[in-house]
Amino acid sequence: MLRSAVKTLRAPVSVVQSRTLTSGAFAPKKYGSRYTVSLIPGDGIGAEITDSVKTIFKAEAVPVDFEQVDVTGVSNATEAYHEAVRSINRNKVALKGILYTPVENAGHASFNVALRRELDIFASLVLIKNIPGVQTRHTGIDMALIRENTEGEYSGIESSPVDGVVESFKIVTQAKSERIAKFAFDFALKNNRKRVTAIHKANIMKQADGLFRSTIKSVGESYPSIEYNDMIVDNASMQAVSNPQQFDVLVMPNLYGTILSNIGAGLVGGPGLVPGCNIGTEHAVFEPGCRHVGLDIEGKHLANPTAMILSSAMMLRHLGLDGHADRISKATYDVIASGSTRTKDLGGNATTEEFTKAVLGRLETL
Amino acid sequence: MLSASRTFLRSTAAPTLRAQRRHATSVAAFNGQKNAKGNYIVSMIEGDGIGIEISKAVKEIYAAAKVPIEWEDCDVTPSLINGRTTIPEPAVKSINKNLVALKGPLATPVGKGHQSMNLTLRRTFNLFANVRPCKSVVGYKTPYDDVNTILIRENTEGEYSGIEHTVVPGVVQSIKLITREASERVLKYAFEHARSINKDRVLVVHKASIMKKSDGLFVDTAKEVAKLYPDIKVEFELIDNTCLKMVTDPAPYEDVVMVMPNLYGDILSDLSSGLIGGLGLTPSANMGDHVSIFEAVHGSAPDIAGKGLANPTALLLSSVMMLRHMGLDSYGSKIEKAVFDTIASGTANRTRDLKGSASTSHFAQEVIKRLA
Repeated sequence: MLRSAVKTLRAPVSVVQSRTLTSGAFAPKKYGSRYTVSLIPGDGIGAEITDSVKTIFKAEAVPVDFEQVDVTGVSNATEAYHEAVRSINRNKVALKGILYTPVENAGHASFNVALRRELDIFASLVLIKNIPGVQTRHTGIDMALIRENTEGEYSGIESSPVDGVVESFKIVTQAKSERIAKFAFDFALKNNRKRVTAIHKANIMKQADGLFRSTIKSVGESYPSIEYNDMIVDNASMQAVSNPQQFDVLVMPNLYGTILSNIGAGLVGGPGLVPGCNIGTEHAVFEPGCRHVGLDIEGKHLANPTAMILSSAMMLRHLGLDGHADRISKATYDVIASGSTRTKDLGGNATTEEFTKAVLGRLETL
Repeated sequence: MLSASRTFLRSTAAPTLRAQRRHATSVAAFNGQKNAKGNYIVSMIEGDGIGIEISKAVKEIYAAAKVPIEWEDCDVTPSLINGRTTIPEPAVKSINKNLVALKGPLATPVGKGHQSMNLTLRRTFNLFANVRPCKSVVGYKTPYDDVNTILIRENTEGEYSGIEHTVVPGVVQSIKLITREASERVLKYAFEHARSINKDRVLVVHKASIMKKSDGLFVDTAKEVAKLYPDIKVEFELIDNTCLKMVTDPAPYEDVVMVMPNLYGDILSDLSSGLIGGLGLTPSANMGDHVSIFEAVHGSAPDIAGKGLANPTALLLSSVMMLRHMGLDSYGSKIEKAVFDTIASGTANRTRDLKGSASTSHFAQEVIKRLA
C-alpha cells in the first residue's frame, strides 16, 4: 500500500524530488549518505509514538538524523513553532505528530494549519485500507483520500459585523483546486488506480464547491485513462459507512477531508493505524493521517504507534530508502497480523513500548 | 461579552419558564385544533416520483388505523417570482392553517435557477430545527446493529446561507453565517427535546478549533442555553471525533441528543442513515415555531416511480413523528410497531431496497394486518 502511495509522492508535482537528485533547493537535506529530517513529536501521544520510530530507526541503522523541535500547541508560545518552520525549510522533509489546538475563542489558531499554509504543503494524502489482523465491520476497503490543505473552510477569515452575528469565509480558488486536482489524478495514474471521485456540496454552495467540482472535472479530461465522477459529501459519508468498497481515490476541499478521514479511520480500526503525509511544492511533512492529538491518553503508554511508523515508512520511500521502508512496514504489519502484541485500541493490553519491541523482534527475523 | 450574555439570558427566560410547564416539544409546539368531526387536518405534499405511491400507502394505513386525521393535498410545484423560488399560495395557506404537513420527496427542477425545494420550504415556514432520529431496524442486517441516535440540525443558516460571490475570476468566497439568535433557537429546541424524551445529556458537535468565531459562537451560545436547563448536562465534541467514534461504535450515542450547525448535521444525519441501511428507513422532522413539516429525506427515485416498488417506511416513520408531535402518541406507536414488525417478518414482506420482494401495496397491506 505504502509502496504504491509513495511511488507517487516522489513525483506528484514535478518539483518533489526523488533520491536521484542530491542537490538543488528542493532536495531533501543530505550529508554524505545521511539525511537530516525535522522531527516534531507534537502534543499528546506524539512523544511516545515518535520515540517508537526513533527506536526502530536506530535499531535498523536507518541513515536519517532527526533534528527535533519540541513545539506545543497547549501553550501559546510561538517561538518553537517558528523554529519548526525554519527547520523544515532547511531540511525539506519532516516527521510530525499532531499539535493541540485550543477550542477556546481566545486561543491561538491551529499551528497544524499554520504550518501547512506557511510551507504551502497543499496536498494531504491519507491511506485508508484494511490491515490484516484487525477485525472491522467492513472489509475490502482501499481508498486514498486527497485533501486540499490550505484554503476552504480553514481560511481563518472570520468576522463579526455586529454582536451575535459571525461570518466565516470559505475560500475556493481555481488555482488551488487545479493543483490538488493534478495531484489527485497523478496519484491515481502512478498507482494504477481506476477512478477519482470529487467530493463536494455544490448543490448548496453552488459557486464555491461548484468551482472546485468543475475544476477537478476539467483537469480530469487530461487523464483519459482515469475515470472521473463526483459525489455530494453527505451522500459520500453515507456511502462510506454502508458501501466503502466502491471508493478508490477521493479528492476534496479541506473540511470534508477532516470528516471523511475520520470516517475512514473508524472503518479500518482507528486513528492509530492510518498513515498520511502532506506534500507541497518544496516540502513533505509526514504525519498520522487521521490527525488526533490523544491528549487523553498522553504519557500512559497506551498509544498505537502504527500510524506514525507507517508514516515514517512513507517518508523513507520519499527519501529513496525503499529497503528500510519495506522492512519496517512489513515488520509492523506482521506484528499486527500475528495478533500477539496488540495495543489497547485493538483490544489488547500491550504498551507502546511493547509494540515497538515486537516490531524490533520481527525485524531481527526478516 | 458579559452584557451580551445578560441580555441573552433575559430574552430567553420567559419562554423557557413557560416551556417548563409543558410536556414534549414546547419550543415548536403544536397548536392545531380539531375540526367539527373531531379530526385534525394535515397538509399532504405527496411529492414527485415515488412520492405518489408512498403517500398512497400512508393514507391507506392511516385509514385502517382510524387515525383522527383528514388529509389536505397540496401542490407545491414551484415558480420563480422575482428570481426567488416560490411555493404556490394555496399550499402556503393550507400549511399555515393546518400547522402541520407530511411531505414526500420533491425533485428540484434543474437548470432553471431554482433553489432546492427543501431549502425553499424551510425558508418559507422558518423551519429552524431538523430532527433526525436513526434506529437500527430489526430484521434488516447491516454491519451496525446497535444504532439509536437522535440528531438535531440547525436548518436555516451556517454553510447554507446562500451568500457567495466571485471576488475575481477563479476566486470564490462562500460565507458561513452563524447568529446567536438562530443558534439559541435550535439549541433550546435540542434541550427541550432531550427533556421530552427523558435524555439528560445534550452533545454539541462543532469545529470551533478551526472556526473559532463562528462555531465558537454556537458553542458559547450552547453554554448559555445550558444554564437554563440545569437538569441536562451539556457536552461538546469536535466533528472529527464524532465521525470517528460514531463509525467505530455508535452505541454510546444512544444516551445523548446531538445538536449541531447545518452542514455537520446534514453529513452526520446521512452518515447515521448509512449505518442502518439508508435514507429509505429514516424519518425526519422540520420544526418551526408555528409550522412543522415531516418528511422523507430520500430522493424521488424517478427510475422506479410508478412501478409499485418503492419503500414507504421513511414517510411512515416521519408520519409517526408527526403523530407524536400532535399528541396522537397511541396511533403513532401502533403504526410504528406494525411497520417494524412487517419489516422483521421476512423478505416476502419487504420491498426491494431491503432485499425483499414485496410491492409497495403488499407492504402496506402487511402493515395494516399488523395494526393491533
